[in-house]
Amino acid sequence: MPAGSTLSGRTWRKHTTAGEWAVWLGWFAAGVVFVLSWRVMNENTIWAFVQDAPRQAGDLLSRSWPPRLSYLNKLWAPLWDTLNIATLGTVIGTVLAVPTAFFAARNTTPSALILRPIALFIIVASRSINSLIWALLLVAILGPGLLAGIIAIALRSIGFVGKLLYEAIEEIDESQVEAVRATGAGGWQVIDYGIIPQVLPTFAGITVFRWDINIRESTILGLVGAGGIGLQLQSSLNVLAWSQVTVIFALILLTVILSEWVSSKVRRAII
Amino acid sequence: MTGVAAAPRQWRRPPVLIQSRLWRWIIYGGALIYFLAAFGTLEINWQRVYEGLDRGARFAQGFLLPDFVTRANDIWRGMVESVTMTVCSTIVGVLISIPIGLGAARNLAPAPVYLLCRSIIAVSRAFQEIVIAILFVAMFGFGPFAGFLTLSFATIGFLSKLLADDIEEIDESQAEATRATGATWWQIVNYGIQPQVMPRLVGLSLYRLDINFRESAVIGIVGAGGIGATLNTSMQRYDYNTAGAILILIIILVMLAEYGSSHIRKWVQ
Amino acid sequence: MLTIEKLEKRYRTGDRALNGVSFTVDRGQVVGLIGPSGAGKSTLIRCINRLVEPTAGKVLLNGTDLTTLNGTALRKMRRRIGMIFQEYALVERLTVMENVLSGRLGYVPFWRSFFRRFPAADVEKAFALLDRVGLSDHVDKRADALSGGQRQRVGIARALEQDPELLLVDEPTASLDPKTSRQIMRLICEVCRERSLPAIINIHDVTLAQMFVDRIVGLQAGQVVFDGPPDALDEKALTAIYGEEDWHAMRKEKEDEARDDEEAAAFEQAREERMAGLV
Repeated sequence: MPAGSTLSGRTWRKHTTAGEWAVWLGWFAAGVVFVLSWRVMNENTIWAFVQDAPRQAGDLLSRSWPPRLSYLNKLWAPLWDTLNIATLGTVIGTVLAVPTAFFAARNTTPSALILRPIALFIIVASRSINSLIWALLLVAILGPGLLAGIIAIALRSIGFVGKLLYEAIEEIDESQVEAVRATGAGGWQVIDYGIIPQVLPTFAGITVFRWDINIRESTILGLVGAGGIGLQLQSSLNVLAWSQVTVIFALILLTVILSEWVSSKVRRAII
Repeated sequence: MTGVAAAPRQWRRPPVLIQSRLWRWIIYGGALIYFLAAFGTLEINWQRVYEGLDRGARFAQGFLLPDFVTRANDIWRGMVESVTMTVCSTIVGVLISIPIGLGAARNLAPAPVYLLCRSIIAVSRAFQEIVIAILFVAMFGFGPFAGFLTLSFATIGFLSKLLADDIEEIDESQAEATRATGATWWQIVNYGIQPQVMPRLVGLSLYRLDINFRESAVIGIVGAGGIGATLNTSMQRYDYNTAGAILILIIILVMLAEYGSSHIRKWVQ
Repeated sequence: MLTIEKLEKRYRTGDRALNGVSFTVDRGQVVGLIGPSGAGKSTLIRCINRLVEPTAGKVLLNGTDLTTLNGTALRKMRRRIGMIFQEYALVERLTVMENVLSGRLGYVPFWRSFFRRFPAADVEKAFALLDRVGLSDHVDKRADALSGGQRQRVGIARALEQDPELLLVDEPTASLDPKTSRQIMRLICEVCRERSLPAIINIHDVTLAQMFVDRIVGLQAGQVVFDGPPDALDEKALTAIYGEEDWHAMRKEKEDEARDDEEAAAFEQAREERMAGLV
């Protein structure tokens, strides 16, 4: 009813506040940053290769099909290694993460000035660096093999488990801890009775979750020589045996799906 | 006190995690057997490990005395590639995730669209960045463009899934109310859904920016550009001081990105 | 016997929570500590077992000054003082028995408590206490599966498991309904009398305090403004503790509640009589 609105002379528009201007400015800035980044990123891109990509993809596909199923027999041992890298790495990482988390949590740290910053730094450093990079370093130091993979997974897990666990410790109900302390319990008893029961289910959940992620990550550690099925992937890629690569990808996919299923089952059972 | 001198009663703590005795035995026994088998097949060349300790010490030294200068050009180029890759792939990834996320929400999309979008998500999530990077490098050649595609693809899987799950969990009554006014599908999305999921979408995008940067440091190992390639080269040259410098830069940038994004997220919500 | 001498507590923010509090609690005496929120009730009882560090003053329990103790001596002192908390403060994910046995933590070495291998006498005592508070059927239930009143009973059993020489009770009824509140207060006072155990009970509910305790101490802005038997708590005293209006409103509320309860009881009784008549 335009007549009504002109009669009263009132109109309504969505008010543009300073905040909204800021949002528009943000979008504009994002656009500019994108264009600039795009230009810098593609300075050296050879567009002929990019245009050629569909043909390459077709070529790749024709070479990866049919998969060389007989290759499967060579994959069981590396798959077992992969499983071990993930599991042992998770165990070691978790064991190291527990004290780190207790040092990092504001309410349990023995020294807020020295140990807490160190523990927090360990957690940040471990989280910032992908397990593949850890593996790259460790293979250079320890030589290729399972050990490098296990330690790489462990080092990456410290940060993940440590961060989630210390956050859980900081969120506990302090009154339960106070009550245990009031009975005259010693420091370790306070941890055993007041804190551990409160964080144990979270801790178990985090560990299983990390194990699932670690299975996923350990499948590719072999690319830098740290053992497992990734080694087979690397050697197949080197000789461009794409029909074997297909088999490896399929097996990795299956393993990942299976571990995800197991981990979600276990987590549901715990909580 | 009752003062009755009956025989002392016994108490044992009930099992904490697994209540059934049979399953407890099966699970603990199975775990034990597994660990024995795992350690049994672990082949470790202790000789090589011992020899490597020296290199480990040198690496630790490299980390403590990082060399930013000698290969400053390479480091700079790698960093610029990583950062630009991260920015472009996050923006493109987010823009593509939005329609796919809408399509993958059961309460918005018709069944065929839903299935299509969910399968795109499933494929993108099933494979890791590095595996996708291998394929894209094979198709598009070495360099950051392949990396950009990899990260965009991974972003789509991550973001669309969370977005779709969010939309499926929204307060239906608000969308219902909008629908009741006779709004079209676009108007429902704009008025009934967008205000509810927008803050989280911004938060998740920033979080993904963070992840993409970390990943950009990895995919260089298979030739997809970025700081990972520089790191890989310096490791192959046994140039641990440069490698240490690169790692420190990665840690600092990740920390900055984390603090920055957590601030922006607080500001948005 | 507990003697508190000129106890002071100043928080780092500069707030004076306690300002020279002195009084003595005799053997077997149950003291109700009342006062408006922020008067320092909670700080006072936490200063006694040093969950909060007092700034000045003395706390003497059967001759020992508790404010000077440290380390092991402090723990050995704490195990002689039982404490019951406002929100029960049970370890929610442990069983009822484990919660009660946690009262022995100050007496047993770490390995025993870690493997839950408490001495047979401790276990027997825990069973007896659970009988006493009426929870023998819930021994292996997890604490978070119990109702509020039941949880507070576990809290009482845990405190008594310590073989305490003093009981500190912090707002035991704050999260309970009126009927359960009375049951819990009655239970606490009964066990104190059975064992001639001195107790200090923080309580915001004046009527409830008057019903059960032997003596009332009124705290206002960190100072004792009333100390005497429950009957001596007249309007003047209450005004001194709570200020003009607050306590009027409080008492009225209580009276309404009591009348409601009475009416409900009368109604129940009448109905039962009618039912009996029908049979």
